[in-house]
Amino acid sequence: MLAFTIRRLGQSVFVLVVMAFLVFLGVYAIGDPVELLVNPQADALERARATAALGLDRPFFEQFATFLAGAFRGDLGRSFVYNVPAIQLILEKLPATLELAMAATVIGIVLGIPLGLIAGLRPNSVLGRGIMAGSILGFSLPTFWVGLVLIMLFSVKLGWLPPNGRGDTVLLLGVPVSFLTADGLAHLAMPAFNLALFKLSLLIRMTRAGTREAILQDYVKFARAKGLSSRRVIGVHVLKNILIPIVTVIGLELGSVIAFAVVTESIFAWPGTGKLLIDSINQLDRPVIVAYLLVIVTIFIAINFVVDIVYSLLDPRVRLGQAAGAH
Amino acid sequence: MRIATEIPARADAAAARVDSPWRQFASEFAESKLAVAGLALLVAIILAALAAPLISPQNPYDLAQLDVMDSKLAPGEQSMSGKTYWLGTDDQGRDMLSGIFYGLRISLAVGTSSTVIALAIGLVLGLAAAYFGGWVDALIMRIADIQLSFPAILLALVLLAVLGQGVDKIVIALVTVQWAYYARTVRSSAIVERQKEYVEAARVLALSRPRIVFRHLLPNCLPPLIVVATVQVAHAILLESTLSFLGLGLPITKPSLGLLISNGFQYLLSGTYWISFYPGLALLLSILSINLVADQLRDILNPRLRK
Repeated sequence: MLAFTIRRLGQSVFVLVVMAFLVFLGVYAIGDPVELLVNPQADALERARATAALGLDRPFFEQFATFLAGAFRGDLGRSFVYNVPAIQLILEKLPATLELAMAATVIGIVLGIPLGLIAGLRPNSVLGRGIMAGSILGFSLPTFWVGLVLIMLFSVKLGWLPPNGRGDTVLLLGVPVSFLTADGLAHLAMPAFNLALFKLSLLIRMTRAGTREAILQDYVKFARAKGLSSRRVIGVHVLKNILIPIVTVIGLELGSVIAFAVVTESIFAWPGTGKLLIDSINQLDRPVIVAYLLVIVTIFIAINFVVDIVYSLLDPRVRLGQAAGAH
Repeated sequence: MRIATEIPARADAAAARVDSPWRQFASEFAESKLAVAGLALLVAIILAALAAPLISPQNPYDLAQLDVMDSKLAPGEQSMSGKTYWLGTDDQGRDMLSGIFYGLRISLAVGTSSTVIALAIGLVLGLAAAYFGGWVDALIMRIADIQLSFPAILLALVLLAVLGQGVDKIVIALVTVQWAYYARTVRSSAIVERQKEYVEAARVLALSRPRIVFRHLLPNCLPPLIVVATVQVAHAILLESTLSFLGLGLPITKPSLGLLISNGFQYLLSGTYWISFYPGLALLLSILSINLVADQLRDILNPRLRK
């Protein structure tokens, strides 16, 4: 197990360095930030001074080496636009994005698993078919357009929910969160639901497929024959067995929720990292783009790692398989 | 009398069973009414996109036909000159219905062309990985694995930030995020097929390698690929519209559905909903119809569900 973990860790670090290089290479090719940052009336001398101040006159590999050395110290450069450390900018916005992503994931789990169970236990009922039709619709809905329709309905027509921003926040363990204030919750509701929609459809489908397979298995028949209540058979025997692939998907999808928050944050003007990324791309703020991507890549690699461990905890076969392999 | 009518019916059924594979395929497809409805809708949408210049009430990008006096008319309202705009007009007095027909053209064209290119690239790389194995296989699949562990939207976003706007650029971005799905699918089915007897037979006949790969192996790897490709067309269209909405995809000179929606976004809070709403509805119907068709194709082509 230890050897496996170490090898896996080495692999992750390798991917991280390769990604850092690719990201830096790609972002380096974007336009000329000096054009945007320096007064258009500035003369050549002034432009040259600005270029030197940003370190843009150095050869590419020297810039990359400086960047890599800085990255190991947690320094990802200073934002060209705000003139503060890029990593600080990202970390300030990260709680908002993580809160949105977590809220969306919770909505997906709380609604998706029960609905999927119903659809799986009664595949031919009106309700079961309705849930499945709804999930195809959920896959087909353009997320950004749903966001607009939500704003149209709940903010413009009904006036129930605010269309943008994060609302009042309170500090929870030193991190500002919205979900503990009524105003914050009202601001969180629409973006979180919007972001959850795709995940919800995915979880419904996975739970349904798993349930349909599980109820035909011998252990379920045996549990029923033992005279266990339906609630216990489904809640314990079925659910526990279908949960393994579901947990994997929830974990892996957490990364894509964070990535997709870029779209949701832009629509609802949610002050998170996604909105920061779009703004930075438009302003050619290279250090912020690079810092964002590296933070996201690191989160992704960490998530993959954790999912592997949780997977082995949930499924004894994975652990036993590894133990057997070690002999 | 009853018996007499029943016997020919049975004979018909028997005849249908030995019918050509295409017929059989069609009748299996028709088993789901929802899928048939989806296919009908898809055909209608494709025809509307192809015939856009013929069926649109106006050419939405001919400035001579636009009248600023007609801007932001609500759906069903009449213009000064007595024309009725069934889906309203945008901020420049452009008929939304015409805008949607033209937008569909661009969205579908970008979605399909990027899918076809990605399919071709993925097919060749997947077959190469399966056929040569060894380091070729390891290299191609490693790249695909790493790439697939990151969400498509993020990769496309970064690529477009680097490349800039343009039809060619968004096609490059969509191809880059899609090829790995095909490469994986082709590789996994080619590895299974490679060990089958007909491939061995072809080898014994001393047929050339390209002939075995393209004439024998490839046709048998196609069914799962068709399913993946159908789903991916929908993904590509959705991704393009999302990127265009964020202002990173197509330029304003190529108004796809995503750009139309994005254009309406700024007027949404003042209650002018139709500029965003109807292009989105057209997008939803396009993707929904493709997904309905794809779902049924998956069921028909899945050998595990074969009766």
